[in-house]
Amino acid sequence: MGFGPYLLLATLEGLVQAAVLSITAAGLSLVFGVMRVVNVAHGEFVMLGAVIAWFTASLLTGHPAMGFAAALLVSPLLVGAVAFASERVVLRRLDYNPEATIVATIGLLYILQQTVLLVYGPDARPVDPPFYYTIRFPWFGYSAYKLFVIGAAIVIMGGIWFVLQKTRAGLVMRAAQYDRETAQAFGIPVDRVSAWVFALGAMLAAIAGVLVVPIQQAHYLMGADPLLLSFIVVIIGGLGSMSGTVLAAVLVGLSDGIISMMFSPTLAKMVSTLLVALVLVFRPNGLLGKAAR
Amino acid sequence: MLKVEGFDTYYGQSQALRNVSLTVAPGEVLCLLGRNGAGKTTTLKSIMGLVPPKRGRMSLGGVDLTGLPAHRIPKHGIGYVPQGRRLFAEHTVRENLEIGLMARGTGREAMERALGYFPALRERMGQRAGTLSGGEQSMLAMARALCLEPTIMILDEPTEGLMPSMIATIRDVVIRLRADDVGVLLVEQRIDAVLPVADRIAFMDHGEIKAELGIAEVRADTSILRTYLGVG
Ligand SMILES: Nc1ncnc2c1ncn2[C@@H]1O[C@H](COP(=O)(O)OP(=O)(O)OP(=O)(O)O)[C@@H](O)[C@H]1O
Ligand SMILES: [Mg+2]
Repeated sequence: MGFGPYLLLATLEGLVQAAVLSITAAGLSLVFGVMRVVNVAHGEFVMLGAVIAWFTASLLTGHPAMGFAAALLVSPLLVGAVAFASERVVLRRLDYNPEATIVATIGLLYILQQTVLLVYGPDARPVDPPFYYTIRFPWFGYSAYKLFVIGAAIVIMGGIWFVLQKTRAGLVMRAAQYDRETAQAFGIPVDRVSAWVFALGAMLAAIAGVLVVPIQQAHYLMGADPLLLSFIVVIIGGLGSMSGTVLAAVLVGLSDGIISMMFSPTLAKMVSTLLVALVLVFRPNGLLGKAAR
Repeated sequence: MLKVEGFDTYYGQSQALRNVSLTVAPGEVLCLLGRNGAGKTTTLKSIMGLVPPKRGRMSLGGVDLTGLPAHRIPKHGIGYVPQGRRLFAEHTVRENLEIGLMARGTGREAMERALGYFPALRERMGQRAGTLSGGEQSMLAMARALCLEPTIMILDEPTEGLMPSMIATIRDVVIRLRADDVGVLLVEQRIDAVLPVADRIAFMDHGEIKAELGIAEVRADTSILRTYLGVG
């Protein structure tokens, strides 16, 4: 295969990464933006989403598309419920104190991880993609499911934009994000909004988990990479900036995908980390972030 | 009638308000004057539930509001213009007003009425609040609070940093509100900003209300100002 086609393949792989990453990071960014909570357990919500997808798919025999569709519904709902409960039981009681919530979400990370280890076991298990179809390029064939993932991410990001910018719920979330105190002075129950935002962030992570599991297999330790990469993306994009998050996800996903394929995954992670360092030095608020108020 | 009785408010260990009591009747303008750090903003934030007082009671029109969480207070008809405006700067003018409407579920007519006070905002509805001029931002902060059709308006230094013509506009709105039977609690640092509109003046220092005087008494004897504010 010549360099051109190889680059095309690497770019496609990078875009798939970027797609999943943008959904995951959007959740992290939303939670940080509105609640100022750094959710260290965010990657575990991806993992939980993937594992629940496996359970759902293995319970529903028949066409794999059925299991997949069911997982796309069941996973986010269950994970959202877990997140909502953790918010009410733990984060809220800590009054969203920045340091305390970091420690608490580290605890949540281990609880989720170990519970899944107990219930699901240490094996990595695949879930069938909803359809097997290969798109034939002149130089190589490419999984249509992966292109579907890219499309799904675009739809989901569009959906997030629509909700945030065009609905009442979005207006309330943005107001709570911008200025908690003034939002309350205008009747916005910032506390309750926080619980829903935390659930919503986890649901996005779960959707990302369901989308990757046909590509990657479900495993109880699979949350680490999405967490690290989401942090990188959110920092590069600018904390709390949704458009920055998308931009950074595409940058990081593409560079990670391309460098992983052309050179090595280790070099790819090094480049991403270096990118974070550079951004922190030259644009401490991220590419599209605003100065802290 | 807004009635505050015996507010004691703390920031951590340090006491910011000591036994603060005040009343604002419908159609009345009570001005709270005091130097930097006297506790004026803290008084307003305690009323709004944003910095809850440790002791004290509050009621509005006979309804006890003591201890309500901050987000439940505006529903009772208290409109708040915070110090420094605190607009949602990344939101459009329209969205800022819509947030005002949400507070009590008031409808479009309320927005129309609020815009009636500040027609200049009509041409800016789609613009982001952060890009407005200082005067327009003040108007928007007032209009946002008016959107909830308040029976009590609480204004924290609304004329801070404004040109004289804008100060006159804000003053006219306060006078119109009073005529419409709205009670106004107006915080200012400078006496000349409130003399034309005040019915009563409360002087605050070190977290306490040191004196409360009718406007006639203040006008009759301006040496009082020197006593409480260190100004003539
Ligand atoms: N968030 C806070 N944490 C701790 N102390 C505070 C806080 N806000 C205000 N204070 C203190 O409480 C006291 C009263 O402050 P407040 O803001 O109510 O004064 P003010 O009369 O509104 O002053 P200004 O005219 O400057 O607005 C001051 O000593 C101030 O330093
Ligand atoms: Mg003040």
